[in-house]
Amino acid sequence: MDQFFQSSDLGVIGAELELALFGMIVLVFDLLVKNKRVLGYITLVGLAWSGYFLIKLYNVLDAPAYGGMLRLDPFAWFFKALFLVAAALAVAISIRYLDIEHENHGEYYALILFATMGMMFMVGAMDLVTLYIGLETMAIATYVLVGFLRSNPRSNEASLKYFLLGAFSSGILLYGFSLLYGIAGSTRFVIISDALEQRSLSDPLSLMALGAVCAGMFFKIAAVPFHQWTPDAYEGAPTSITAYMSVAVKAASFAMIVKLFLIALAPLQPHWLIIMSAVSALTMTVGNIAAITQSNVKRLLAYSSISHAGYILLGLIANNQTGLIAIPIYLLVYTFTNLGAWAIVVALRRKDVIGEHIDEMSGLFFRHPVAAILMLIFLLSLAGIPPTAGFIGKYFLFAAVIQSGHNVLAVIAVLNAAISMYFYLRIVVAMFMQDATEKTGLDLAPGVLAVMAIALVFTLWIGLYPDPFIAMARHAVGF
Amino acid sequence: MDFFNNNILSIITFWPLAGMLVLLLIPKGSTTLIKWWANLVVLSGFLVSLPLWFSFNFDDPQMQKVVNVPWIQTLGANYHVGVDGISLLLIMLTTLIGPLAVLSSWDAIQVRVKEYYAFMLLLQAGMLGVFISLDFFMFYVFWEVMLVPMYFLIGVWGGPRKLYAAIKFFLYTLVGSVLMLLGILALYFQYPSIAAAHSDISQAFGPGPTFDVLALHAIGPYLPFNLQFWVFLAFFVGFAIKVPMFPFHTWLPDAHVEAPTAGSVILAAVLLKMGTYGFLRFSIPILPAATVYFVPMMVTLAIIAIIYGALVAMMQPDMKKLVAYSSVSHMGFVMLGMFALNPNGLNGSIIQQINHGISTGALFLIVGIIYERRHTREIAQLGGLSNVMPAYAVVFLIMTMSSIGLPLLNGFIGEFTIMAGALQKNLWWAVAGGAGIVLGAAYMLWLYQRTMFGKLDNPANQHLKDMNWREWATLIPLIIMAFWIGLYPAPFFRALDKPVNKLVSTIQAVPPGAPQAAREVR
Repeated sequence: MDQFFQSSDLGVIGAELELALFGMIVLVFDLLVKNKRVLGYITLVGLAWSGYFLIKLYNVLDAPAYGGMLRLDPFAWFFKALFLVAAALAVAISIRYLDIEHENHGEYYALILFATMGMMFMVGAMDLVTLYIGLETMAIATYVLVGFLRSNPRSNEASLKYFLLGAFSSGILLYGFSLLYGIAGSTRFVIISDALEQRSLSDPLSLMALGAVCAGMFFKIAAVPFHQWTPDAYEGAPTSITAYMSVAVKAASFAMIVKLFLIALAPLQPHWLIIMSAVSALTMTVGNIAAITQSNVKRLLAYSSISHAGYILLGLIANNQTGLIAIPIYLLVYTFTNLGAWAIVVALRRKDVIGEHIDEMSGLFFRHPVAAILMLIFLLSLAGIPPTAGFIGKYFLFAAVIQSGHNVLAVIAVLNAAISMYFYLRIVVAMFMQDATEKTGLDLAPGVLAVMAIALVFTLWIGLYPDPFIAMARHAVGF
Repeated sequence: MDFFNNNILSIITFWPLAGMLVLLLIPKGSTTLIKWWANLVVLSGFLVSLPLWFSFNFDDPQMQKVVNVPWIQTLGANYHVGVDGISLLLIMLTTLIGPLAVLSSWDAIQVRVKEYYAFMLLLQAGMLGVFISLDFFMFYVFWEVMLVPMYFLIGVWGGPRKLYAAIKFFLYTLVGSVLMLLGILALYFQYPSIAAAHSDISQAFGPGPTFDVLALHAIGPYLPFNLQFWVFLAFFVGFAIKVPMFPFHTWLPDAHVEAPTAGSVILAAVLLKMGTYGFLRFSIPILPAATVYFVPMMVTLAIIAIIYGALVAMMQPDMKKLVAYSSVSHMGFVMLGMFALNPNGLNGSIIQQINHGISTGALFLIVGIIYERRHTREIAQLGGLSNVMPAYAVVFLIMTMSSIGLPLLNGFIGEFTIMAGALQKNLWWAVAGGAGIVLGAAYMLWLYQRTMFGKLDNPANQHLKDMNWREWATLIPLIIMAFWIGLYPAPFFRALDKPVNKLVSTIQAVPPGAPQAAREVR
């Protein structure tokens, strides 16, 4: 066996190390500077620098590190880049928002950096222990961030709920991992896969392991029936953190699921395909139907994000080339579109206006026509109406399930896409077809504007000319 | 000039879109400038489309003015446009109706003028895009894009129940179109295996999966029946909702009644045609065996729509709702002719689509004229209007006659040809159609009698002004078209000759009894 630690391994995790370094720098500077916005800018620089490290690794096709605990491949690269983009956009919308909430502290930015680092380890992991440590780094940082509005009881409640349920689900997941270790005698994905291959399909031990891992995973992606924490956590968390969670945490969890199920648990596929099909259908339907009755925009988008998790599972269920491409494409699209929509929800929060109720968006078009039109485009994209990016994402998922012959699931999925239009249109109705009230208005900070512009460019670009992005996704999954 | 001639379809389609982008630059306050600009754009759009008609080669059965450039290469989706006689007529109808609808909005739309015209122009571009597309992916994009402006037109400038009507319209159509998308995808993935077995197809259109409509036409005869069956149903939901066929018609009266006049005109004249066009362009040629198999169902639904639509129309107290239900009945005729699947039926069906666009579009304009003056459409509130608005009464009469199919006017040509086609297939189809014509005459004449004749006893009606020049301008082109098709329909039939023959020969190539046999084996 090779020496466990080689100095070349450091290069593979350069981007992660750099994030940790900047996290510390932010904490130190927190003591030195009065104007906390500077910390936000430092964080952005840190993310950009980490991105620079990552770009240099673009052409790495397969770089195992730390004796195979970690691996850098195009798949991991794609998701790491996605996390950095999502984190940068989330930081950009946070700066003014935190001022308004009077909670602008250095820890906020440091925690985002640490959470991002955790995600990057998760997606690079080829080993259950590495995976779990990355996952917990992300999760613990997120628990704190959800409760960051210390004086706000809702935020505290959300954080506590999220923490208790999250810790519980992590426990279940860990139990599943321990069973896998018991079966394989190793925590490496590849060895687990081989060991599962040896056992019969109906082996109770593997089934128990699968069940526990599934439950833990479904919690992390907020799939039904483990979705209950999502609306509360999303509603109570600072809006900028909700935005960050709904894209980055979700993308990381899906990257983890893809790796775990397609590598380690691949031999159990006949079982998990059935579980996933049921969960996917339920998640889409419950998420969409529950969203219809919401009048709080944050809750509404929370339920919508639940249903999107159901769609993304389709890619895994289809289990073909199109489906595998669909997952990164959809998450990419979702990152930009959803962050664009959340940026506008963040801007709704002004001095003295909480800006979460759907009525507080009424007549937005008359006050801020451009922002309202942008929101319309983001909502259409979330619903999957062409020529927006959301359609390309949905196209790939639907194509994948049709190609693999899951026709009933395809019909459920498209009908859900139509249902989802109903509640997205409720926001549209409020913005365009109701009169403005004194509460209507946006606080368009430069960071928010920048995020809206970036999200718009990508939403339309991916929608009208997706070729470069499809090529990127193909490269990521190795086709 | 060559550039113009080669790319005329793209120019026609993107003309209103370019106009809309310029319109967005005009300040919100200068409403007069906005109105003039929007009218100029659609009117010039019509003029730009005229060379298409004159340069069209009526004897060429192939698609014409074809442009095919790669768009999303990784998916095999192309920017592929072209026209045959069917789409030619529908494009011309769209470019003709567009300016009339925009002009009719001059006084009717007083609030949020800029957005209104922007959405009208966007809608115009979306509809034209649907008719020029020869690539299924592109078709789907345009098909969906057009929903958004129509949703806003109903939802912002509509009547009292506009929000309900708008969302109903949107959701109905969306449900249909997403199911259609699944059908499209099924064909897309089926193509390579059939192309592999038929070298002529793979040589012409390539071996990989494709959205090319012509390629899908080519594989149509070889598609397994089971696939055709399901894809036909998926397409059926998408298109039947749009037509709308019974029992998917319930969105239509709501949308029509609540929409502003121009919205109703476009909805009736063009949007509904997208459904029938879908059947003609996709369902019948790509899925011939399933088409034959489903004839009884389609004809039954068409006949129900004819009779039921007419009976419901007769009972309506609201003029606009009456015209809306008459649309259901007339579109039933269109579907009956189409699924007679013989030259007469198909020709009549397509001519009747144009006729319906003209006469129902005109009727909505006529209802809009009275609504602008009286702010009511209730038949009971009107009566004896011919005394104060004689010119209006004449125009209304012409369009009533056109709608009920009086000889010399366009409706007759369409209905007669459809009836001939239906009769060749089955006597009872023709009988049901004939009953529909009688009922149609009944509700339209009764409407005319109750609104135009009689005593002018409602004081509110006594000082109504007759039509102004602008209203004349919106209706004269339609009157001319009604007489043209009624007196000399030959050019239209000539345009349809080749494409209809092609459809009929596709259907005739289906071996008799094959679908049933395939079903039994399954």
